[in-house]
Amino acid sequence: MGMNAIEKILASHSEQDVVRPGDVVMVDVDVTVQFDSARADVLKIDNPEKVVLLHDHLVPAPTVMAANAAKRLREFAERFQIENYFPVGKHGISHVLVAEEGIALPGQILVNADSHTCSSGALNCLARGMGGPEMLYILCKGQTWYLVGPTTKVVLEGELSHRVYPRDVIHYLPGTYGDFAGQNLEWYGDGLANIGMDGRLTMATISAELSAEFSLFPYDDVLAEYVAPRAKWPYEPVFPDDEAEYDQVITVNLSELEPQIVLPDRVAWNTKGAREVGEEKIKIDQAFIGSCANGRISDFAIAAEILEGRSIAPGTRMIVTPGSQDILKEAIKLGYVETLMDAGAVVTSSTCGACFGGHMGLLADGEVCITASTRNFKGRMGSPEASVYMGSPATVAASAVTGVITDPRDL
Amino acid sequence: MTTTFTGKVWKFGHDINTDLVIPNFAVLMPVEEQLQHCFNANRPGWVDEVQAGDVLVVGRNFGVGSARNIGAIFHGFGIAGVVAESFNGLGLRNCVNSGLPSLPCAGVLEAFEEGDVAEVDWTTGTVRNATNGMELQGSPVPPQLQQIVLGGGVESVLRAEGYLAETTVTLR
Repeated sequence: MGMNAIEKILASHSEQDVVRPGDVVMVDVDVTVQFDSARADVLKIDNPEKVVLLHDHLVPAPTVMAANAAKRLREFAERFQIENYFPVGKHGISHVLVAEEGIALPGQILVNADSHTCSSGALNCLARGMGGPEMLYILCKGQTWYLVGPTTKVVLEGELSHRVYPRDVIHYLPGTYGDFAGQNLEWYGDGLANIGMDGRLTMATISAELSAEFSLFPYDDVLAEYVAPRAKWPYEPVFPDDEAEYDQVITVNLSELEPQIVLPDRVAWNTKGAREVGEEKIKIDQAFIGSCANGRISDFAIAAEILEGRSIAPGTRMIVTPGSQDILKEAIKLGYVETLMDAGAVVTSSTCGACFGGHMGLLADGEVCITASTRNFKGRMGSPEASVYMGSPATVAASAVTGVITDPRDL
Repeated sequence: MTTTFTGKVWKFGHDINTDLVIPNFAVLMPVEEQLQHCFNANRPGWVDEVQAGDVLVVGRNFGVGSARNIGAIFHGFGIAGVVAESFNGLGLRNCVNSGLPSLPCAGVLEAFEEGDVAEVDWTTGTVRNATNGMELQGSPVPPQLQQIVLGGGVESVLRAEGYLAETTVTLR
């Protein structure tokens, strides 16, 4: 009986030689990421060198409450002399920054009080979101527990066709298999070679919406090339044993996949093909591209390619928000920002922003949004009376042009 | 904290998410203020009806969504415990780490009508509907996690071990 890669990373950080589903395993945490706020009452922490502090959800602060929280984070950074602090100006969405800055590393365990922390699974890094109380516990003691769930192996075969993206792959799974609550995902297959880091990060991020625990990608040439020049600390990738055990195997033929839309309010069992949704001519008020899921340079490239020489439909507004300051600079340099603005889009500074209804793009009562961000919950992006559909950045850009939800292949 | 609870049931369906419990605009508020906004989007007025000692019976994938601490909210209402068809992993972590008795139990949604009385041993997993007599067997969380709940959550451990100052600051 062998262990899969997730179980091996857990075992290597614990006192257990073997980790199995059903175990509660105590592990040493490698990196702790904290954003936007910090507790003022903490007296001592475990390892300041492995603490990362940054501003993302509410930056620059849109309210006094957020400004006071940000002040507590700065004070925390000073009090414990945190070296890896990213002040406003060097900010970015935590999951984007930890990849860009070489903080999330293969074979390591990273924690962060945000549910999309599973994003770093794209880097072969064992990461999942934590709650406030346990983040405090980890900051203080450097350890946490995981309840080990069964693991599904997802095998990707073939290559995505024109105008179909990794975002569509990660929508297809919950539409076909429902939620993965309490379960892990490991991704393999020849098809992965054709999916770059940005796409993998999208898929790992949205794994939170599948209710998965960990979502782990393998260490392969694509990852090796990305991580080697930026790694902040030494790392050791982890591979599954030859006889690793999986609860089930799901094979996805990428070449047969079509653009997928998640309908409003929930993700499990709530997906339709974009062409089918397109027939309903659902009018949109807002189109959004951004977040830890799709605020990366390749998302800008897709949106710019579709919007080049086109205009956003009258009565529709489009907001594009980069995941980090570096991505914004790159998008400016490559001309994407100008293309998007010429088409009539708003390009904002880097933040979570509209994705969580925090600032810069909330929805009014009765409005409809098509978004390439993380969540479609009732009230997520503003009014609880608004409707949020999710699609790939191409679907969002195409819909912004027509003013109705549109399959990007039909533009 | 005991290993059993008995209380009047409030029923909620599948995929009850964190944003329904704590809406975006309330994220940085103190818990006492967050309570006022719980379930306003899907069940306006519930916050005025729920009473300390009541029980939540919930569907699949309870607590899906963000890291917002739903455990602290239900603890704040004095909810005796949550019995769900299944929990989102992060939702369960927040409940356990906040000291809220939590029991996964397949079939529980069918077994209760709202207002029924539930008798639950969340450590052995026995669930009884005292109103209609129906009995179910849940799948209790492992003993290590039960100990965290019985200890009142992780923050009380940190406080006891001298990691936190005496002043209480309520932040998310």
